[in-house]
Amino acid sequence: MKYYLLNVMQPVGEPPAPEVLAEIEKNVDAVDRDMREAGAWVFAGGLHGPDSSTVLRPRDGDVLVTDGPYAEGKEMLGGISLIKAPDLDAALEWGRRLALATTLPIEVRPFVDEAGDR
Amino acid sequence: MSGPDVETVFRAEYGRAVAVLVRLLGDIDLAEEAVQDAFTTALERWPRTGVPPSPAGWIITTARNRAIDRLRREATRDGRHAQAALLHAPDAPPEEGPVRDERLRLIFTCCHPALAVPARVALTLRLLGGLTTAQIARAFLVPEPTMAQRLVRAKAKIRDAGIPYRVPRDADLPDRLGTVLAVVYLIFNQGFEGESGLCEEAVRLGRLLAELMPDEPEVTGLLALMLLVESRRAARRDEHGALVPLPEQDRRSWDRSLIAEGQTLVRRCLRRGRPGAYQIQAAIQAVHSDAPSPARTDWWQILRLYDQLLAVAPSPVVALNRAVAVAETEGPAPALALVDSLGLDGYRVLHAVRADLLRRLGRTDEAVRAYERAVELSESPAERAYLTRRCRDIAPAP
Repeated sequence: MKYYLLNVMQPVGEPPAPEVLAEIEKNVDAVDRDMREAGAWVFAGGLHGPDSSTVLRPRDGDVLVTDGPYAEGKEMLGGISLIKAPDLDAALEWGRRLALATTLPIEVRPFVDEAGDR
Repeated sequence: MSGPDVETVFRAEYGRAVAVLVRLLGDIDLAEEAVQDAFTTALERWPRTGVPPSPAGWIITTARNRAIDRLRREATRDGRHAQAALLHAPDAPPEEGPVRDERLRLIFTCCHPALAVPARVALTLRLLGGLTTAQIARAFLVPEPTMAQRLVRAKAKIRDAGIPYRVPRDADLPDRLGTVLAVVYLIFNQGFEGESGLCEEAVRLGRLLAELMPDEPEVTGLLALMLLVESRRAARRDEHGALVPLPEQDRRSWDRSLIAEGQTLVRRCLRRGRPGAYQIQAAIQAVHSDAPSPARTDWWQILRLYDQLLAVAPSPVVALNRAVAVAETEGPAPALALVDSLGLDGYRVLHAVRADLLRRLGRTDEAVRAYERAVELSESPAERAYLTRRCRDIAPAP
């Protein structure tokens, strides 16, 4: 088993209308439920926007605290799902379902180490 | 030395040996090293001892023994090989469907959609074709270090992202097979434009796929298409290396045995009643191959096939080719109207087709300008030579 991070890439700006959002949430919940049932789910959650973000930078042995996201961009990390999967094809299958549910691009990134519980 | 020499065995068996070793070792680099070791040993030994009765078996056994020796030697001092069980991990899901040739797994891994297209092409040629990095770099006109890096990165992604070494399950097969066929056809087309060895390599891969997946009509269709196009290789260039287009080719120099094989395959796959883009393109080539002269080409049949192709694989390039068939059936004027509606201004072939239609309509000045534009956009010397000659032939004397 390997761990994969599914990053939900969200455009910066106004969120969709409430009724659209409600539909998306319902669909994402369904994928989440299926991931749990399949034993693939490790952790998942949505993130507050970049306005809520704080960055810490090491400087001369000290740490500088600054307000705001690490980098300004047209897209931001909107949420993550951390999953366990036997291989990339299995991870991509979950990613595909999450892309359809969120209506957003999903980036699939493998973790460096294999899951320790094999 | 009688029988096959090391070179012949290498060409025929390299891909199979690498595929088996990847399966055994779970690591592509290790598998390649082991197979290369085995061939090096063969080069030393076979001239003295003669070629063993089963050269492929000998190579695979020797490669496996070499790899095990190497693993034992390095296991203690190099943690990298601790990962060697990666691709045949005990918790890997069981294979669905019948057990197939290892090379099939390898080609699906090489052509995985999570890899960039140039990486798919390079890996396929390297691992299944046994081409060297230098040969692949030359064929694709990139510096060798660039190609080497492309291969290293692709193999790293297969390992790090956990791209499986497996034939996709039936539900995913149509999509994934499409990706594999596209890679083979891309190799063929690259050969068509330049390095002719690539065409032979693509045909070899096509034959392998057709042997391993006899029930997939598009696989047969692609092989038929490549064979029919390949049958005209000798007729495609004049003595100065300039391109000779189909209507002007000397049909006596077409390779009749390739045509016969291609046409048999076209009939066989079309009988299955599951037409696809490669089968239809092969059928179009088969109609051309049937014609004893350009004038006796069944253009109505070709037009019907292009209508079908446009329905299954709509694209402006297909529409342009269809327009050529329209010119032959309904005349150059309606064809020109179609061509002008396509919006493919950056595509050299469009300007070459336009030039020819304008010439036939007697609009010489416009035809000359269209030829000039096509020459400007063309990157192939053979094609430029042909287009320049055409342009000179029609241009009014100064």
